[in-house]
Amino acid sequence: MDLLQTYGPALLRGFGVTVLCWALGTLFGMTLGLLIALMRHYGPRWLNWIIQVYIEVIRGTPFLVQLFVLYYGGPLIGLRLDAVPAGLLGLTLYGSPYFAEIFRSGFRAVAPGQIEAARAIGMSEPSIVRRILLPLSLVSALPALVNFSIILTKETVILSIITVPELMYQVSRMSAETFRFVEANLVLALFFWGLVETISRLGRRLETRITKHLLERT
Amino acid sequence: MFSIPTFLESLVPLFWAARYTLLISVAGIALGLVIGTLVCAARLSPSRALRRAGAVWVSFLRGVPLLVQLLVFYYSLPLFGLDVPAMVAAIVTVGICASAYISEIWRGAINALPRGQAEAAVAIGMTPQDVWRRIILPQAFTLSLPALINELILLVKASSLVSVVGILEITRASQAQAATTFRPLEVYLAAACIYLVINLCLAALGRYLEHRTAV
Repeated sequence: MDLLQTYGPALLRGFGVTVLCWALGTLFGMTLGLLIALMRHYGPRWLNWIIQVYIEVIRGTPFLVQLFVLYYGGPLIGLRLDAVPAGLLGLTLYGSPYFAEIFRSGFRAVAPGQIEAARAIGMSEPSIVRRILLPLSLVSALPALVNFSIILTKETVILSIITVPELMYQVSRMSAETFRFVEANLVLALFFWGLVETISRLGRRLETRITKHLLERT
Repeated sequence: MFSIPTFLESLVPLFWAARYTLLISVAGIALGLVIGTLVCAARLSPSRALRRAGAVWVSFLRGVPLLVQLLVFYYSLPLFGLDVPAMVAAIVTVGICASAYISEIWRGAINALPRGQAEAAVAIGMTPQDVWRRIILPQAFTLSLPALINELILLVKASSLVSVVGILEITRASQAQAATTFRPLEVYLAAACIYLVINLCLAALGRYLEHRTAV
């Protein structure tokens, strides 16, 4: 109980930072991923080639090493970031290729006839993307998007290694001061288990709702 | 500015440290295969309790970040009076974590086999053991090979986290290197390159196996 009184506020703050990093990281990563997917879909060949290299590099290296490059290596090329912005940028870059691939397969799942029909009735390319391609591909991409967002919640703990004051960081500090390593980390484990289970339940509910709604309309 | 000589110099010791990264990932996936097979068997078993236990095992290990698992495991070992080297603790943690994913890969592959295969085997009079040993498992294994290689790639990346318990694999070695040379950019980029090379090789192996086993 004493522990909770002493460390409660810090843990709560840590939880806030975790949620913030996760939400913004997912949002930015998804946006960047969508841009990448669109560039691959509509861009010239050479751009596609560069993007391919970017995707391979990000997916082929550990998140922790990417963070080290950004946070400790960044200042050498003038990129001086605090821990939280560095962590956010890291999460965004890390997530973007996975999101891009999810969107890409979502684009592929859209029947070509839909796009052709939109063109035939004279819709402009941007409005085809906005009103036909995106809504249709989102439906098929939704489960994968939810799934990867859940994976990102787990990646946020790695931010503690570059001293982002999120939940894991606060728990480590607490356990270092009280020597309760096992209890603290076990509680953290149970917390994450609950969090991930809850989010995936909510995700499944969202999926059924969105797909049902669209099925009714067609 | 970016110094290419520093970058090249740091490649050598990091390459040497890569053997621990490979050891942890390969031993981890081997252990994960053993435990994962048991977990998968539990999840497909007729006993309700076993199925439930298997499901909890998978959901816990997939829901908790590996870094947290690693610290829980690492700090709780001494409580049971076990004084194992950090390396063993790391391999066991990585293996246990992988077992959850591998059991799902197995389950997916077994469920993907056409039902007729097992039914035909039963129809020609094979015993249930024979059906599993000679019909289902060999086919499921070939089906799941690409996914297993993919899991190995994930483990190579995940093994960077064991640097926090002090094992001198690529990431930890690069931290030490960065601290002595004061050139973190070059050193960490070198580390990233080594990971990339390992994973591109594994991905190529995965594609090769996929082609070879494609029917």
